[in-house]
Amino acid sequence: MSTTLVSRSERPPAAPGTGARRLTERAFRIRESGIIVVLVVFVAVTASVQHRFLNTTNIQFILVNTTVFALLALGETMVVISRNYDLSVGSVLGLSAYLSANLFGQHRGIPIVVVFLAGLGIGLACGLLNGIMVSAGRVPSLVVTLATLYIFRGVDILIVGGKEVVASSLPGAFLNIPKATVIGIPDLAIAIAVVIGIGAYYLRSFRSGRELYAIGSNPDAARLAGIPVGRRVFVAFTVSGAIAGVAGVLWAAQYGTIDSTAGTGYELQVVSAVVVGGVAIFGGSGSAVGAALGALLLNTISSALYVLGISPFWDQAIWGFLLIVAITVDRFIAVRLAIALRLRGGRHE
Amino acid sequence: MKLRQTAWLTSGLAVVSVVLAACSSSSSSSSSSTTSSAAAASSGPASSSGSGAALKTGLKVFIIPKNLGNNYFTTADSAKTDGAIAALTALGETGTETSGTAATPASQIPAIQAAISKGANVLIVSATDPTALCPTLTSAMKRGITVITYDSDAPTCRDMFINQASTAQIGTSEVDVLASELGDSGDIAIVSATASATNQNAWIGYMKQELTKYPKMKLVSTVYGNDDPTTATQVTQGLLEQYPSLKGIISPTTVGIAAAAAVLDTAKYRGKVLLTGLGTPDSLKKYVADGTIKAFILWKPQDLGYLAAYAAVEWASGKINGTQGQTFSAGRLGTFTIGADKTVLLGPPFTFNSSNINQFNF
Amino acid sequence: MSERLRPLLRWETGLAVVVVIVGVVGASVSPQFLTSNNLFNLGLSNGEIAIMTLPMTLIIISGEIDLSVASTLGMSSALLGVLWNHHWPMLGIFALIAVVGLAAGAVNGLLVTRLGLPSLAVTIGTLALYRGIATILLGPNTVANFPTAYTNLGVNAVPGTGNALTYSAALFIVLAVIFGVVLHATPFGRSLFAMGASAEAARFAGIGVKRIKTILFMVSGLVCAVAGVLWTFRLNTAVQNNGLGLELDVVAIVLLAGVSIFGGKGSIAGVVLAVLAFAGLQNALLLTNFNQEASGIVTGALLLLSVFGRNLAALSGQLRRWIPARPRP
Repeated sequence: MSTTLVSRSERPPAAPGTGARRLTERAFRIRESGIIVVLVVFVAVTASVQHRFLNTTNIQFILVNTTVFALLALGETMVVISRNYDLSVGSVLGLSAYLSANLFGQHRGIPIVVVFLAGLGIGLACGLLNGIMVSAGRVPSLVVTLATLYIFRGVDILIVGGKEVVASSLPGAFLNIPKATVIGIPDLAIAIAVVIGIGAYYLRSFRSGRELYAIGSNPDAARLAGIPVGRRVFVAFTVSGAIAGVAGVLWAAQYGTIDSTAGTGYELQVVSAVVVGGVAIFGGSGSAVGAALGALLLNTISSALYVLGISPFWDQAIWGFLLIVAITVDRFIAVRLAIALRLRGGRHE
Repeated sequence: MKLRQTAWLTSGLAVVSVVLAACSSSSSSSSSSTTSSAAAASSGPASSSGSGAALKTGLKVFIIPKNLGNNYFTTADSAKTDGAIAALTALGETGTETSGTAATPASQIPAIQAAISKGANVLIVSATDPTALCPTLTSAMKRGITVITYDSDAPTCRDMFINQASTAQIGTSEVDVLASELGDSGDIAIVSATASATNQNAWIGYMKQELTKYPKMKLVSTVYGNDDPTTATQVTQGLLEQYPSLKGIISPTTVGIAAAAAVLDTAKYRGKVLLTGLGTPDSLKKYVADGTIKAFILWKPQDLGYLAAYAAVEWASGKINGTQGQTFSAGRLGTFTIGADKTVLLGPPFTFNSSNINQFNF
Repeated sequence: MSERLRPLLRWETGLAVVVVIVGVVGASVSPQFLTSNNLFNLGLSNGEIAIMTLPMTLIIISGEIDLSVASTLGMSSALLGVLWNHHWPMLGIFALIAVVGLAAGAVNGLLVTRLGLPSLAVTIGTLALYRGIATILLGPNTVANFPTAYTNLGVNAVPGTGNALTYSAALFIVLAVIFGVVLHATPFGRSLFAMGASAEAARFAGIGVKRIKTILFMVSGLVCAVAGVLWTFRLNTAVQNNGLGLELDVVAIVLLAGVSIFGGKGSIAGVVLAVLAFAGLQNALLLTNFNQEASGIVTGALLLLSVFGRNLAALSGQLRRWIPARPRP
């Protein structure tokens, strides 16, 4: 049941084009299928032990919990594909979550859309800073975003201090966003799936999107080929920040209580999701859909551990172990894929 | 050219942000340093158990909560809420709140060491770990610094501990509240904070004891939310799936109860799985209003901080030495008696519910 | 090699200047800054982190990264607690911890070199795995009854240093010298730079890349296990969350030292200076009325300054050398 839910909402549209393009499409699809296979096997094994894992409520829980991470994974994918990293996403999320949710308390009756836009704006500003420093400054993004991870979080703590935004100051309609469902599927999951689909389509079908892959594969060659590397990377970071900003608003809607610690530690989880999702850590390949599936897989694993009631002291160890297994399996698939592609490539060229 | 400008811009940004940060004053530090030194000449107010001598003034007091940026501690410590620093100012002392931001010993210890270096006479600490702070606190006590713990104890290396309520009572009252809501029967679970938190484990111990009074109630599971909303949410959801017969949840942690409330605040669970625990009124007002939570427990953090401040000054002035039965006055809170193990209790835990929650703003 | 050293030397000099500035400003702002007692505190709070930066430097220079350092520290601490609780003799415990540290590093190394997995991702996994093992070992328990002979290293300074030098700081100095010699004056060290610059080229040059990287990870595991023992004794506490979150601080210090995240560049001298700058700055700020809520901003700002300052120096040098005809920007 979870398989059809996933594939129905997340299979990308078939892309037109040359044989090589069709090949790449197929490559991505095989990669994503790999993750889906792991997901299905995992769910099947868990459900056989605890059948309640697959009931409607639990699936809704998992999907809603995944939304924030799937969004962050989308932004991170764009950045990682271009051979960069954005470690500041957790801090941006926290800053945006507090500042935008706080608007409800400061301005009674403010439309929810405006609050989302505010979150987007905050994230955009942070992403802009990252983007300028990385692209114009030509400095390693790992260092820059590690620095902004500290700086944005520090700003957040300074602004928030010991205050918190509480659920009673948030409108019911806002808090209801993660809870609304249509025929059992959370609205939020559908909305995020659409966003991911748009992101995936952009990365594959728009020239600027595909140029990110070129930049990630070989930045110097890309530059020589006339690709405006600086501009593309700048946009990637700005979008990643904007997405993190929106994710912050959704975070606020989900949890209802926001203080200065929101989003702490998310960066490592997002990078894990992206890597598990098949995005190469050195750039040049991977798909947004894969990354979102990676986020889904990791959240499913978390949920399974808790539903199975495995002693809580074992959670982290199992999580770490499964992460390594997931990375290994994906690497295995990638290697087989590369061999297969090389063989086919010889015939098609 | 673009590179140079950008580099200068960024370096400038970095420098400006550091300078700005340096200039921003900590919201909770007292500005009474000048006034207190002026008042130092005169003797302090309020005397206590009849020994006649007045309380010392001009003491340098450092309040070191588990972490900064924590709503509970900000309420307990700041002058604005009539917490610890308000009491210190009234007594003519200098009160400063300092700590790290990570709620770990590694983050708290440098702040304690710095306070000692800055000439602290008194340390009021909420311990991030019951033993890891001991080497530092013991060396402080050896230098004649008064070390008082509040909220979370480090039993072997402090002069006195100011406890918000009797550990036993905090545990038992939460069970009693849930039992009365459930009609004394049903499966319940506990959503705790971190597995190694001493106060959590102590309270849970008493909860299990109290549960023996209700033979028809059963504790099916204890899970750990690690004081992180995402984890707390997931463990609560896990409980709901694993135990479909679950009737109640106790979460003795403010982060845990808020996260659990958000999960239970749906038509499916509201009123069917009852929630109680320790929480701050502001964060739970919505859930009390819509019935997700009927009643929960806490105390007034500002009173805890206020009492800790008075106790610390009394000790530092040599008026009390922790002997069981000694009494002292704590300003607006009245008189207190020292209990066993050099502990002072603030009072019984307070039950919040729909009839009184709107009177509180913290 | 002097080619590689030249731009670096400029960075180390800059760092040295920063350290001096921190020292001078710190002393002027707070009379307690340069006291032996404060230096002792500095060593206590930063000794283990400093020790962990040394193998991290070698790993990053060779083109990899190890984010599991803090979790290895935690696992070693938990092991120490559990075994002590079971009345093992201390020397036996030390031996087992050393073995476990080496094994933890070996797991990282093998996953990276034999399975070809990216070290960033792998060590995020082992970060969780090793912390999880620490939690399994200790559960909710705390062990706090270690013999004073050992816990005294958190209380007493190394004799003869005027009460200023902690044992962990002393160990850091010793290890820094060893690592410095290995990195800068042995063929092994040179091969690390080669690997970081290009793993392919290094392999063709006959360097045993896989074997060496595995050794580096094992050394990191061992060193972090030792740091875990020091940490536990200093606090007289073994608990599952010892060292939580330290990995980013370690990486930040190494980056501040001028070690390139891409590999192939860096120096131990830089790391020592970076440790002093980082720790000194935080310590000085604590001694003033600086709002600790903003301490993260300081770390981030330092990092930015480090990377932009270095880039400025290096790039303007390069421009001058390669494009002489271009008008100066």
